[in-house]
Amino acid sequence: MAELVYDKTGRLLFTKEMKEEYTILFPTMLPVHFGLIAKIFQMEGYKLEMLTTNHRNIVDEGLKYVHNDTCYPALLVIGQLIDAVKSGKYDPHKVALLITQTGGGCRASNYIHLLRKALVKAGLEYIPVISLNLSGLEHNPGFKLDLSSLRKAVFALVYGDIIVQCANQVRPYEVNPGQTERTIKRMEGFLLGQMKRGRGLNFKSMVKHFDHIVAAFKAVPVHGEPKVRVGVVGEIYIKYSPLGNNNLEQFLLDEGAEPVVPGLTDFIIFKIYNREVDVDIYGGKWAKKAACGAFRHYVEKCEQAMVDAMKRGGFRAPGTFSDLRRLIQGYLGEGNKMGEGWLLTAEMLELIHSGTPNIVCTQPFGCLPNHIVGKGMIRKLKDDYPNSNIVAIDYDPGATKINQENRIKLMLANARGLAKQEAERQQKEQAGEAVHA
Amino acid sequence: MSLRIGIDIGSTTVKVVVLDEGNQLLFRSYERHYSKARERAAETLRSIEEKLRGQQVRIAITGSAGLGVAKAAGIDFVQEVYATAAAVNTFIPDTDAVIELGGEDAKIIFFGGALEERMNGSCAGGTGAFIDQMATLMNVTVDELDALSMKHEKIYPIASRCGVFAKSDIQPILNQGGRKEDVAASIFQAVVDQTVAGLTQGRELKGKIVFLGGPLHFIAGLRQRFVETLKLDEEHAIFPEDGDCFAGIGAALCATDFDECSFDDMLERLEKSVDSVGLVDTMEPLFSSQADYDAFLARHNAMHPPEVDIHTYSGDAWLGIDAGSTTTKMALITADGGLLYTYYQSNLGNPVAVVLDQMRKIYPLCGDRITIKGAAVTGYGEDLIKNAFNCDAGLVETVAHYKAAAHFNPDVDFIIDIGGQDMKCFKIRNGAVDSIMLNEACSSGCGSFIETFAKALGYNIADFSKLGLLAKHPVNLGSRCTVFMNSSVKQAQKDGASVEDISAGLSISIVKNAVYKVIRAASADDLGQHIVVQGGTFHNDAVLRAFELELGRNVTRPTISGIMGAFGAALFARDLHLDKSAILPEAALATFSHTAKPTTCNLCTNHCSLTVNTFDGGRRFISGNRCSRPLGKPKAENPDLMVYKYKKLRALEGKGSGTGVRGKMGIPFGLNMYENLPFWFTFFTHLNFEVVLSPESSRKLYLKGQHTIPSDTVCYPAKLLHGHVEALVEAGVDAIWYPCMSYNNDEGIGDNHYNCPVVAYYPELLAANVPLLKQTKFLNPYVGLWRHKDFGKRISKLLGEEFNIPRREVESAVKAAYAAYEAYVHDIRETGKLYIEYARANHMPIIVACGRPYHIDPEINHGINDLITSFGFVLVTEDALSYLEGYAPRKVLNQWTFQSRMYNAARYVCTQPDMQVVQLVSFGCGTDAITTDELRDILESGGKLYTQLKIDDISNLGAVRIRVRSLMAAMDARQARQ
Repeated sequence: MAELVYDKTGRLLFTKEMKEEYTILFPTMLPVHFGLIAKIFQMEGYKLEMLTTNHRNIVDEGLKYVHNDTCYPALLVIGQLIDAVKSGKYDPHKVALLITQTGGGCRASNYIHLLRKALVKAGLEYIPVISLNLSGLEHNPGFKLDLSSLRKAVFALVYGDIIVQCANQVRPYEVNPGQTERTIKRMEGFLLGQMKRGRGLNFKSMVKHFDHIVAAFKAVPVHGEPKVRVGVVGEIYIKYSPLGNNNLEQFLLDEGAEPVVPGLTDFIIFKIYNREVDVDIYGGKWAKKAACGAFRHYVEKCEQAMVDAMKRGGFRAPGTFSDLRRLIQGYLGEGNKMGEGWLLTAEMLELIHSGTPNIVCTQPFGCLPNHIVGKGMIRKLKDDYPNSNIVAIDYDPGATKINQENRIKLMLANARGLAKQEAERQQKEQAGEAVHA
Repeated sequence: MSLRIGIDIGSTTVKVVVLDEGNQLLFRSYERHYSKARERAAETLRSIEEKLRGQQVRIAITGSAGLGVAKAAGIDFVQEVYATAAAVNTFIPDTDAVIELGGEDAKIIFFGGALEERMNGSCAGGTGAFIDQMATLMNVTVDELDALSMKHEKIYPIASRCGVFAKSDIQPILNQGGRKEDVAASIFQAVVDQTVAGLTQGRELKGKIVFLGGPLHFIAGLRQRFVETLKLDEEHAIFPEDGDCFAGIGAALCATDFDECSFDDMLERLEKSVDSVGLVDTMEPLFSSQADYDAFLARHNAMHPPEVDIHTYSGDAWLGIDAGSTTTKMALITADGGLLYTYYQSNLGNPVAVVLDQMRKIYPLCGDRITIKGAAVTGYGEDLIKNAFNCDAGLVETVAHYKAAAHFNPDVDFIIDIGGQDMKCFKIRNGAVDSIMLNEACSSGCGSFIETFAKALGYNIADFSKLGLLAKHPVNLGSRCTVFMNSSVKQAQKDGASVEDISAGLSISIVKNAVYKVIRAASADDLGQHIVVQGGTFHNDAVLRAFELELGRNVTRPTISGIMGAFGAALFARDLHLDKSAILPEAALATFSHTAKPTTCNLCTNHCSLTVNTFDGGRRFISGNRCSRPLGKPKAENPDLMVYKYKKLRALEGKGSGTGVRGKMGIPFGLNMYENLPFWFTFFTHLNFEVVLSPESSRKLYLKGQHTIPSDTVCYPAKLLHGHVEALVEAGVDAIWYPCMSYNNDEGIGDNHYNCPVVAYYPELLAANVPLLKQTKFLNPYVGLWRHKDFGKRISKLLGEEFNIPRREVESAVKAAYAAYEAYVHDIRETGKLYIEYARANHMPIIVACGRPYHIDPEINHGINDLITSFGFVLVTEDALSYLEGYAPRKVLNQWTFQSRMYNAARYVCTQPDMQVVQLVSFGCGTDAITTDELRDILESGGKLYTQLKIDDISNLGAVRIRVRSLMAAMDARQARQ
């Protein structure tokens, strides 16, 4: 059995032996994206397992081991991990936990520390915790992200985005129930097969794969009138994770709406771009800025290719990062970077501009950055865009689904009302034109 | 066109209306459903069946609890705010805004321009349920509460955010003799403030306003508060005749768009759906059988003190009084703890009358045989009762409970007391109270919560809790603060859970709150081996059982668990070994009189709400004060670094050494300005600006800016900024300087040096939400001060652009500003040193207040510093000590400068025997969810006590007092041990 090795600050390391023996568990946020990443790591020789559990005990474990005033995602993520460790499915002495760490002034950068505290409290301090981050925090001898795996991970995120974006536009209209889900599975299989053979990991073949994916979703038979589109923005975990947002997307689908959920690529670019902005605002090494700039340009190029492919294939494409930067002018400074920072407001603006003025802004109860960039900006958006129809929903262990759904229903009722008004206005206009003619 | 039916199923009531073709109201009803919403709606329709049988109708259901019914019965659903808007549009077309209060919802709809609707978020404060809770607390009906409010003389500030906070505000007012009439009106005012603050979010409430919903329909006092607050005349305040069922009317109107169906079919569907049960999250039963329960009872009933017959006993006796928040407890004991007389009753809002009544009963029973040799008081009403009856001593609750518990179980190592409103838990180590945990206001009120809930469902508390004992499937209601439980219960009801299962679920939830929210335990071993439970709430067998099940071990509940505080006080009185008690003799009771008069202290800017209690014979007791000045004694002037810093910062306005020719630069006196002001003051005066500070914070200033606060759950220090910037605009400044700062100064003691997101970006929120700021030049650029050179370059460019100031001039101002800030920091550290030397020379203990720089604002700390120094402490702040320790790795990411200072200060305190830490935490402070645990770890592993004081927009010094006194008692006990 692998020996427990600590670094000089007393942090338990994930060693090379552990890589052979241990199963690495990690929490879900975006099932498609993270699923792809999990498979990539498996190909690299890690025994990695994404947790897809979703039951009450997760919240209970979270409440037990995490300070209850900490944000809900911390509670869920840690609860899900501890619940899994205790489930009996794994040998607790042969698991490690993987958690993402973003860094930044928000509480979220503390999740990994809270997880370690929770493990101590639960008497599981012998379980190593691995930080997955792009900032070079916390090295582990048994877990190394080399350039090739990093690139694969970035590719997985962009592939994940295009799959989810296309699927979201097809799912509400599919003729054969479940066909969209099956297409997602098929595309995942296709991409992994390609990657295994070393394909799909350069820009040119990625573009080809984009076209393949877009075509696959375009081939899903659809029917019906266009539905009310509802944008979903917010704190990143609550926004994406069905565990965190009480299956928000499914609820919207059931209510006859088409959910529009901005992708993850912008968030990655945003996090890179922040480093450049910091140098501009506060000073710092130009070399760091240049390196970040190069990385950002590469990811932006991938994003642009995705947007182009979706447009070519006849899908509604999301705005690019530079669109978002343009839209945020006059609302927030680019220095606003904690949590989702200015990106969250920019996403709302992009949704409004692209004909989706109905928005659910999700956040954990008491989310600090969202006081400013979420709830704090709704007033101004309403002033500037009277038709914007935004509802802010708080999630926490005590908030009940019924209250949340009732508020979303109000937003939907407004959305339908607005759509009706708009249709009547257009009809009148056409009638007026007819008279003039 | 056919008849239209609208059914509005709210959290507590069902409203049914029938409209004819001409929108005439044919039928309407408004009934409480006691959680049987489907049955109630069906019954009502059945009652009008004769009129509608065989007809084709259109129907829609609306309301917060209506969704489930609609789904189950296959009837169309309309969201209730939408329905209300439809009704108002039809019947009162020129309306500008609607305010609707329901059982648990509060809504505002703005007409005119784009329709805007607002609902309260996940907090049910300020609604009908809140008023019900408050009425229960005051032991009156809602109608009586209404009548009382009409006779008010003054309004007390009461936290309007949620019922639990309000309770902690009301209770001390009542206990200290405040008038019920005034409290009643204050409760309604709190609802008004909550609605206006929480829901307007920057849009002004003006023009013609329609008031709807049950509470506004039935409660005249509430209407009066709204009309006065919004300054409306009769023409602009509309209270429609059917205002209690407008949503139902709206649903009926919306039904126009739906398909016709036959009334009989529809009713049948609705009735059938009554039996359909949704999926409820349930848990194991509390007791599997009656035999199980009997064994449990036998075990606990064995724990009782000797009973002595007061009618035959002769000798000495000692009296203990526990004037708790909702109940008064008394115990008269013999030297060995034998019980002569006990009393446990609700204090009906007037503890003085209750104690008087009991004293008049006790004296005749004692006759000549029994002599009371001592009397001690504990509890919220301690000071009042002590003064009213001349008791010999007062002691803090925690000590009283420990004394009592140790009497039963000398090995006790953990005590938990759940009363009507408080939870108190503490560990006992080496024979002394070791660490004290009081509930934070967010989960308090547990005992009285069950009571309110029992009443809402039509039961008395005893019956209600018994229902849960043998419930088969207790509902899992989660472990959040009690107000949120309201919604969980609502959901369970919707899903068809029985009252029995809900009762059991509530008992389990309260226990979970205690264990995981207050004690924050991971397992039973965290608590102790010998646990003694007490307090009225543990009288409830269901709660006790849930507690044992949750911990997985048996605990001790003395049969007198409800009066343990009083029992402990009596033991304390006994141990005073007095020759004679000073308590009012029997004769004096005959002429006893008590009047309470509310007044406002005007001796300083705190403007405390005082209650002057006058007793016969000229005894007087003033409550509500924070310092001793209204008592006619000079204010204690022990060294207090918070006061020193505040005065020093406040002086930083004007032209300084400059000429002021460049105009007036306004600086809001809030958040991080409490740290950065010395820098900016020198910077701008050096550039010949005149620095204008916003006024000192006050409740009035807060209310001024309240209507522009977009996020209700942000911390109070941030909310205050709205008033500050508005005041600056009104003062006619030429520009306002309030930069965004992601990063703070780098003091080298953390892993990074961020500000929290709220401090960092609040200027941007103000820019987007305070319309008045458009009238001035609001400068909120991003700046960072820790890279001096880079800052100089960037600020020169900025000020060149904004004010055309030459670069050279700016650079020299930058230099001067850095020097000024250095000097300020140095001065604070040196003054801290002096204060510590003073304390040591005079053998005074030192409290280190750990918080943020802005916690020195008296409006934010509510005079906690005065309270601390009045107990004989010298007070210094974290920033005077943090530099004395270097960087050390922490178990959390130590990335915020202000927070890093607290860790270092705490580490330093651990090396000093005469220092203790008190942490100040603002409600809603997200970063403190992380710092509190870490600070506790540092202090406890350093052998220190951890005391946390949570502060909000309302001052409730009662709870603070308990904590500080408990801390003092613990310090004494430790000293005695050594």
